[in-house]
Amino acid sequence: MTLEIIGIFVLWTFLFGYLVVASIDFGAGFFNAYSLLTGRQRILTNIIQRYLSPVWEVTNVFLVFFFVGIIGFFPKTAFYYGTTLLVPASIALILLAIRGSYYAFETYGSRGHKGYSFMYGLAGLFIPAALSIVLTISEGGFVHMINDSPTLDYEALFTSPLTWSIVVLSLSSVLYISSVFLTWYANKAGDIDATRLMRKYALIWALPTIITAGGIMVELRSHNPDHYENMLNIWWAFALSLLLFIGTVWLLWSKRSYGLAFVLLGGQFLIAFFAYGFAHLPYLLYPHLTIYDSFTNEAMALALIVAFIAGLALLIPSLYLLLRLFLFNKDYVRGKKEDNHA
Amino acid sequence: MNEESVFFSRVLTELTLSFHIIYATIGVGVPLMIMIAQWVGIKKNDEHYILLARRWARGFVITVAVGVVTGTAIGMQLSLLWPNFMELAGNIIALPLFMETFAFFFEAIFLGIYLYTWDRFENQKKHLLLLIPVAIGASFSAVFITMVNAFMNAPQGFDIVNGELVNISPLLAMFNPAMPTKVAHVVVTAYMTSAFVLAAIAAFRLLKGSNHIYHKKALFLTMKVGLVFSIATAIIGDFSGKYLAEYQPEKLAAAEWHFETEESAPLILYGILDDGEVKYAIEIPFALSILAHFNPTAEVIGLDQFPEDETPPLYIHYLFDIMVTIGMSMVALSGLYWLGKILKWSFVNSRWYRWLIVLGGPASILAIEAGWWLAEVGRQPWILRGIMRVEDAATTSPHVDIMLILFAGLYLVLGVGSIVVLSRMFRKNPVEQEIEDRHAEKGGDML
Ligand code: HDD
Ligand code: HEM
Ligand code: HEM
Repeated sequence: MTLEIIGIFVLWTFLFGYLVVASIDFGAGFFNAYSLLTGRQRILTNIIQRYLSPVWEVTNVFLVFFFVGIIGFFPKTAFYYGTTLLVPASIALILLAIRGSYYAFETYGSRGHKGYSFMYGLAGLFIPAALSIVLTISEGGFVHMINDSPTLDYEALFTSPLTWSIVVLSLSSVLYISSVFLTWYANKAGDIDATRLMRKYALIWALPTIITAGGIMVELRSHNPDHYENMLNIWWAFALSLLLFIGTVWLLWSKRSYGLAFVLLGGQFLIAFFAYGFAHLPYLLYPHLTIYDSFTNEAMALALIVAFIAGLALLIPSLYLLLRLFLFNKDYVRGKKEDNHA
Repeated sequence: MNEESVFFSRVLTELTLSFHIIYATIGVGVPLMIMIAQWVGIKKNDEHYILLARRWARGFVITVAVGVVTGTAIGMQLSLLWPNFMELAGNIIALPLFMETFAFFFEAIFLGIYLYTWDRFENQKKHLLLLIPVAIGASFSAVFITMVNAFMNAPQGFDIVNGELVNISPLLAMFNPAMPTKVAHVVVTAYMTSAFVLAAIAAFRLLKGSNHIYHKKALFLTMKVGLVFSIATAIIGDFSGKYLAEYQPEKLAAAEWHFETEESAPLILYGILDDGEVKYAIEIPFALSILAHFNPTAEVIGLDQFPEDETPPLYIHYLFDIMVTIGMSMVALSGLYWLGKILKWSFVNSRWYRWLIVLGGPASILAIEAGWWLAEVGRQPWILRGIMRVEDAATTSPHVDIMLILFAGLYLVLGVGSIVVLSRMFRKNPVEQEIEDRHAEKGGDML
């Protein structure tokens, strides 16, 4: 394995981590707002707050890790993506900021009014939409070099069906991942009403997720034939992912082993995400930038990898502790322990 | 070059950093203060200190939230607004930036655990242990990010041959000459500022009618800690001056209005600049030579040694004055308070003295802002001293002005929101009430 591959592998892994934790977070916010609208708030709020409160800051760090790491391993991305993404990334940032801070204001400060919950829920859908633009751009065709500086063609971007399918996919997978997780969590908490509701949402969102995912492959065929070709070469990975998807839906349908259902879902996204990324290689921005011509120098790459390993040695036990205390602790999940918040 | 983009990128960077630094400073210092309070509480078996730690922790969550979101903004904005700089920096100084994210991670995880495990342990010390990684993580975020900033002031660890970067050494870049004084000064001022901000709150409560011993204990503790760190700040600030004299003499000269290179240089305090002439200033003979070289007769390089277009703006002198004045005043204020408490001088308990302490909180934050503006504006026109100019680093995107407006709106919302939430949080649940509630809950067995 070359250093370039190790670098992109590390970053892609963290992006995957962000995808899963953030989806749960964004989706939960949306369901909370939605149930407020339909008068079923009491059912979900407890469950959602119990899970989210101790971990919300951790979610954000996954994202920071990704964009700091990519500048470290592939400094040229700063030039290409930094210049082109000013507007979409700034919008995502502002939404993230409003959402993150109001979450804290609401949870730790005062009960605010409903308006915030709606804003909070909606922002959680716009953020993945705005962030998913990056994936679209990386497929090529939207960035042109004008006077040696990369420029984003907004018209082409917003009129392309590819853009909108990726946006739809990001939204439906957020809701799907989140509802499957919450089904399991609610079940663990012994909350029958919430389990039933979340299971219903999970089944509703399963279909659009898999349909748009398939649709994107078809669109790539004309948009980026290289990428499409590479994906076909590893068709078996996508097939495996599909099998796992069917497994998840089947378990949910037959009201069995929600924990296993979530694990299968994780596997489905993991495999599809890595297969997609692998097929995209070597391009970071098709066809301008590859992982090879944007890679940092060897000394920095080694230093980053050493720092990364040392960092993981520190993080994995701490993350384990966090999960054990709040996710796998029956008393905490069921709300039996008294309120131990500061 | 697109001048407009450069201009708006600068304004947006200045705005975001100036806003972030308020919350970041509190984020670095307050965990240490919580730790000290909880430790004292356990040691003395005094529930007031424990409650102090608990209430500080509650408020801290709000400031952390704003620190995190504005930090995320600045982290991404560095790439969005200064793509050319980040491309270069990514090659040389990415290591501490990368390590910083691990520090955040570490802090975030343990903060979550700490906040949700009050009273969950029989042994309070175990709970206190959870706070140590929070404090370490917060301080190391500051250490790592300041290393990046130090590199911008004293770049090293690479060579440029025919426009290519060669001989890159990430460790040399990290441990550059600006690093020791800068990191130490930044971390210590964060502790100092947090102590005085918390002291200001305690003094304010005492002024506003509460005469509870809880607030008196809080005030005495924070002023004592503040005294220690403000003395450390002044000493390390002095070393920062010596660093400047050696490696960035143009910044020191501009900050001191030191125009001609000369021996036995006097220090100019205050005053105004009128047509290149210094008026109404206080001149302290030999002091600049001492500040720069520990030696009253040493030669100090003046602005005459630098080309016009590499001289930083001269208004940084005012920033330097603000910072040093506040630093010295805070040493005096907390020193007198401490002496007064020991020697039972009554004036330290008077209303006017407490009002001065209230003022000390915002003043310390003002000193932080002035210090950063001094350091950053004093580096102009360079973004990487001697290597890359600010105007060559900026984005070419024409939309920066709109983003500036959006972000300014965001910071307004966050600033007002955090103040409203914090004051509501503590007004709704005053400490007297909370102490009573806890006694009812526990049957008063804590004391
Ligand atoms: C509470 C805040 C505070 C206080 C009271 C002081 N400082 Fe400071 N100073 C800072 C907060 C600060 C800072 C925000 O932390 C800076 C900005 C950049 C940096 O490295 O530290 C800084 C920078 C800074 C620099 C520029 C360093 C550089 O650009 O590399 C010098 C020379 C001093 N300080 C010197 C002093 C002296 C002699 C003080 C006397 C009491 C003093 N500071 C008090
Ligand atoms: C690692 C830390 C830092 C980095 C990488 C950094 C980066 C930058 C950059 C890219 C600029 C643009 C140059 C310019 O606008 O003139 C700048 C300027 C500036 N930064 Fe920093 N900065 C750091 C720390 C800080 C902090 C913590 C503050 C706190 C307030 C700050 C305040 C400023 C200010 C006020 C300017 C404007 C200078 C001017 O008016 O020309 N910086 N910095
Ligand atoms: C030297 C002055 C600075 C200090 C002391 C500082 C410190 C901090 C602290 C303590 C936090 C986390 C808030 C908390 O969890 O308590 C934070 C957040 C953050 N800061 Fe700053 N910061 C400084 C300047 C900067 C600069 C110049 C950047 C840009 C490179 C930056 C990037 C970030 C990022 C990305 C976060 C969010 C991390 C997260 O999501 O957890 N900081 N900063």
